[in-house]
Amino acid sequence: MIVFDKPHALTDAPMHYCPGCTHGIVHRLVAEAIDELGIEGKTIGVAPVGCSVMAYNYFSCDMIEAAHGRAPAVATGVKRADPENHIVFTYQGDGDLASIGMAETVHAAARNENITVIFINNAIYGMTGGQMAPTSLPGQVTQTSPYGRDTNHCGFPIKVCELLSELDGPEYLTRVTVNSVKNIKTAKAAIKKAFQNQIDGKGFSLVEVLSSCPTNWGMTPQKALQWIDEKMIPYYPLGVYKDRSAKEETK
Amino acid sequence: MSTKQFLFSGFGGQGILFAGKFVAYKGLMAGKNVSWLPSYGPEMRGGTASCGVIVGDEAVGSPIVSTPDVLVAMNLPSLDKYESSVAPGGIIFVDSTLVTRPVNRTDVTVYALPATQMASDNGTPTLANMILVGKILEALGEFDEEGVRAALGKVISAKRADMLDVNFNAMKLGANY
Amino acid sequence: MSDKVLMKGNEAIAEAAIIAGCRHYFGYPITPQTEIAAYMAKRMPKIGGCFLQAESEIAAINMVYGVASTGKRVMTSSSSPGISLKGEGLSYLAGADLPSLVINVQRGGPGLGGIQPSQSDYFQATRAGGHGDFKMIVLAPASVQEMAELTVKGFELADKYRMTAMILADGTMGQMMEPVALDALKVNPTVEKPWATVGTKMEREHNIVNSLFLDPAALEQTNFERFERYKTIEETETLYEEYLMDDAEICVAAFGIAARVSKNAIDEARKQGIKVGMIRPITLWPFPTAPFKKAAEHCKAFISVELSMGQMIEDVRLATECKAPVTLCNRVGGMIPSPEQVLASICKAAEQNGGAK
Repeated sequence: MIVFDKPHALTDAPMHYCPGCTHGIVHRLVAEAIDELGIEGKTIGVAPVGCSVMAYNYFSCDMIEAAHGRAPAVATGVKRADPENHIVFTYQGDGDLASIGMAETVHAAARNENITVIFINNAIYGMTGGQMAPTSLPGQVTQTSPYGRDTNHCGFPIKVCELLSELDGPEYLTRVTVNSVKNIKTAKAAIKKAFQNQIDGKGFSLVEVLSSCPTNWGMTPQKALQWIDEKMIPYYPLGVYKDRSAKEETK
Repeated sequence: MSTKQFLFSGFGGQGILFAGKFVAYKGLMAGKNVSWLPSYGPEMRGGTASCGVIVGDEAVGSPIVSTPDVLVAMNLPSLDKYESSVAPGGIIFVDSTLVTRPVNRTDVTVYALPATQMASDNGTPTLANMILVGKILEALGEFDEEGVRAALGKVISAKRADMLDVNFNAMKLGANY
Repeated sequence: MSDKVLMKGNEAIAEAAIIAGCRHYFGYPITPQTEIAAYMAKRMPKIGGCFLQAESEIAAINMVYGVASTGKRVMTSSSSPGISLKGEGLSYLAGADLPSLVINVQRGGPGLGGIQPSQSDYFQATRAGGHGDFKMIVLAPASVQEMAELTVKGFELADKYRMTAMILADGTMGQMMEPVALDALKVNPTVEKPWATVGTKMEREHNIVNSLFLDPAALEQTNFERFERYKTIEETETLYEEYLMDDAEICVAAFGIAARVSKNAIDEARKQGIKVGMIRPITLWPFPTAPFKKAAEHCKAFISVELSMGQMIEDVRLATECKAPVTLCNRVGGMIPSPEQVLASICKAAEQNGGAK
């Protein structure tokens, strides 16, 4: 009897992610949501530049690799090409979504573009080897903030969910993490809801996933998961920042 | 007429581009080759507007009108700017309500109509342009009612069909001046 | 006779795109091409299409990338500074072998430049639309009718060769009105696109639209294969028009508005007994090398008439293999050469290369 199996929406390709990286977990959660909703055949994923640039090898659905930061614009095109029959998700890192692609992010949200955005916030540029990200914490040591992020010099981290929640456009904004079984369960529910919202035509749904990067943080995987609890969550509180439909139902 | 080059000029809002488009359509419907090229950019918004129209038997080469055979100057800056460019033997039409000086050139034919005043007196203050166009066609011997009405039908949208007669009458007013 | 209507060049492009089956347009306002966006905004909702004003030129070209990934005909339009912003997307479209149509209604540069007509994006269009080794099919209309015809042609070529086709027009071509016969446009059905990412329907392996190849040997191979396709295009898709070239001793090279101006000058020069003709490239890439090479056998001088500091002149020199002198007749910054200026260049060439008269 099989009690645990790989989701169909994941391919057999071995992933290239570092040991202890949480990308693997989030990939799995996305794939499980796609399986459970039975939408693999109509789903098109967009993965722009970042550690997850080769996600096109890992998901069984049709996949598009996009330029750095441009995934929401590309996803807009894919969705609008056939709104009835395309389920479109982007899978973006913090440098991609909140730095070079901030304009695309904000405007896709403002348009309430009917897409699902999976936002991996690990407070660092992973693919290029550990540079300061728009979400790196104050004082955080990275390759390009070797003395710790000095907010007088390079400003403060960007809180994406809080920022977007001021817009009238987006349907659903939530911040989750995957550093414990309990948190993973919450994250799974959020990701599934973000896809269900799209199926229901509700609009722009973004799930920010606080993630770990043991390699570039210079920590063991276990210590990295603790660091999320100790450092990241206090700065980036978990929770639902916007859920328009739920709010309307309670009115 | 082998090829005739028109230059319409005036303030933005005087219907310069519309007048040019009408003349281009009139030519097109008479089986001529035509082009219409407007000035564009910030100058369109309240400043001077102009458009060059070429009507000819042969294919139009350059659409740029630099030596007009016919200049229509609906304000003083336009006459100041373009008077010297008119081809020798050409024709200058001015709106004498707004152009307060005489034309200096002696090698051209001049028609001065108080078009803005006439339009105002006629109760159609926005049609000074078409009063002048009426005079142009009459002076060139091309004011045929059927052709004029047909061309008006092309430049006035079907929703504003009531404006067709109004425009025609304004043109007639100019032609008879 | 087909029913002709007066249309602006920009509007002719927009309507021709719709006739060609384009139902998705993304753009950002910039003079002198905004009529295209305005036209699409009006028409698309009425025919079940999608017009979307993007937040930037960069977003617009990436929305194009998204629709192109699904195999549907899609276009964007802009003017010079906006095309620079689209450069990244043009490179990705090339790298992912996606078909699209991009319109550049050129204005003077560099920088913010001006808004009056220019042809100074020739190098950008034919040499370096973005980073990496790639080409775009570059079409240069010289009339409003051609604006419409080449738009349809551009979509067909883009689909056929899985690449971007660019209409390289200028402010004059975009803004001028001329009679257009839209019912004369012939549209071929689109080709099959089994590579499109439209969902697997659980019936096939997943399709991947991608330009990333970390293995250099694999990346090299994609470049080789792409350039094989380019070679076919050079051999089969080159377009040009010759004017009075049979007995020409002086050859004018000009495209777009410069060709219109040059025609006036050539007609006048012929009246003066100067044997001058013109080769008008319609495809700037692939450049019509062959007719220039042939002309170099009997022409004593070439004049490249351009609204740039001399860009196409390099292709004319390469094509004529230095067998005859090639001089430049130009205006820049939004200025347009006059027929008189071109005529003076022709007369000078005739004097310097005796016997042309």
